[in-house]
Amino acid sequence: MGLTAIESTGKKDSPYFKKGAMDGLSIAVGYMPVAITFGLIAGATGLTVVEAVLMSMVVFAGAAQYMALSMIALGSGALEIVLATFIVNLRHLLMSASIHEKAEKGSKGERALYAFGMTDEVFAVASTKPAPIRSFYVIGVAAVAYGSWVGFTGVGYYMGSLLPLILQESMAIALYALFIALLIPSIKKEGKMVIILAGMGGLFHSLFALFLSTGWSIMFATIIAVLLYEGLERVLVRKVEHEEADEKEEKRQCQ
Amino acid sequence: MSMTMFWMIIAMGVVTYIPRLLPLVMLSTDNWPDWAKRMLTRVPYAVLGALILPGILTVHDNMWFAAVSGGVAIILAYIGMPLIVVVGGAIGMLGMMQLLF
Repeated sequence: MGLTAIESTGKKDSPYFKKGAMDGLSIAVGYMPVAITFGLIAGATGLTVVEAVLMSMVVFAGAAQYMALSMIALGSGALEIVLATFIVNLRHLLMSASIHEKAEKGSKGERALYAFGMTDEVFAVASTKPAPIRSFYVIGVAAVAYGSWVGFTGVGYYMGSLLPLILQESMAIALYALFIALLIPSIKKEGKMVIILAGMGGLFHSLFALFLSTGWSIMFATIIAVLLYEGLERVLVRKVEHEEADEKEEKRQCQ
Repeated sequence: MSMTMFWMIIAMGVVTYIPRLLPLVMLSTDNWPDWAKRMLTRVPYAVLGALILPGILTVHDNMWFAAVSGGVAIILAYIGMPLIVVVGGAIGMLGMMQLLF
């Protein structure tokens, strides 16, 4: 009886899983260089291969893992790194909530499973599908992306030790080049908003780092940059609205 | 592996999983105010800025080595090069400057 149930479930779900796995391949290709670079930098930062691969297996979040490496390199405490990870990944609340609205009402177990794989890229692929998004489709996308992320972390770790010394010394810039590579397309897409936010983040972090440890400094810089941007935007938008209202009032009086 | 490192990685996994999990099994952000949603989506940009500055300037004893390599990364990213090319280009530039000067 139980076996029959599993078999019938398998028949129903496997086409969705396969479709998801196919779509997940594009993410797997995209993750390959990022995971290789992560493994490589993890080695340069002093992590063992087990630590690097375990982090990719357990966390599965590119930006947070890179951030953890740079914080480890700067000597931050474990608590700071965990809290910064939480803050950086809080954005996935919105993504999971958005997927939730379009997803089929699968079992809680299925949803709990694909929630683990809800990276920015998995979300981008899955959320552009028409509703209802099948649980096993998302599981398929996430599984292939996850395999690439974990596998190439290990590959990258060993590639790093094969590189010549001068190259390894130059690798210290890699992390920052990667952040730049992630930021520039966002600037091209979203414009001034990204420049102002990133500029404020960098500026506040530079200031706070003078008297706070790196982890707390990054967190406070981020929170203040986001709050300040929201505040500035509201003041400026309100000012524009007031000016428009004043102009209308003037016109009315002239008439 | 040190116990601190092991438990830090587990904790990083837990705090990453919780925000991904909760909306899917419990809540919906439909009724959240717009400003709260907006601010969450802006967090990554501010974080990226804080991660680049001032850290990039401490990569090499000579601040300009890192600044020039960062400039190369900006140009490569701007013309739409893939991630690994941007990273490779910046590494190559820093390596070349170390060899030459």
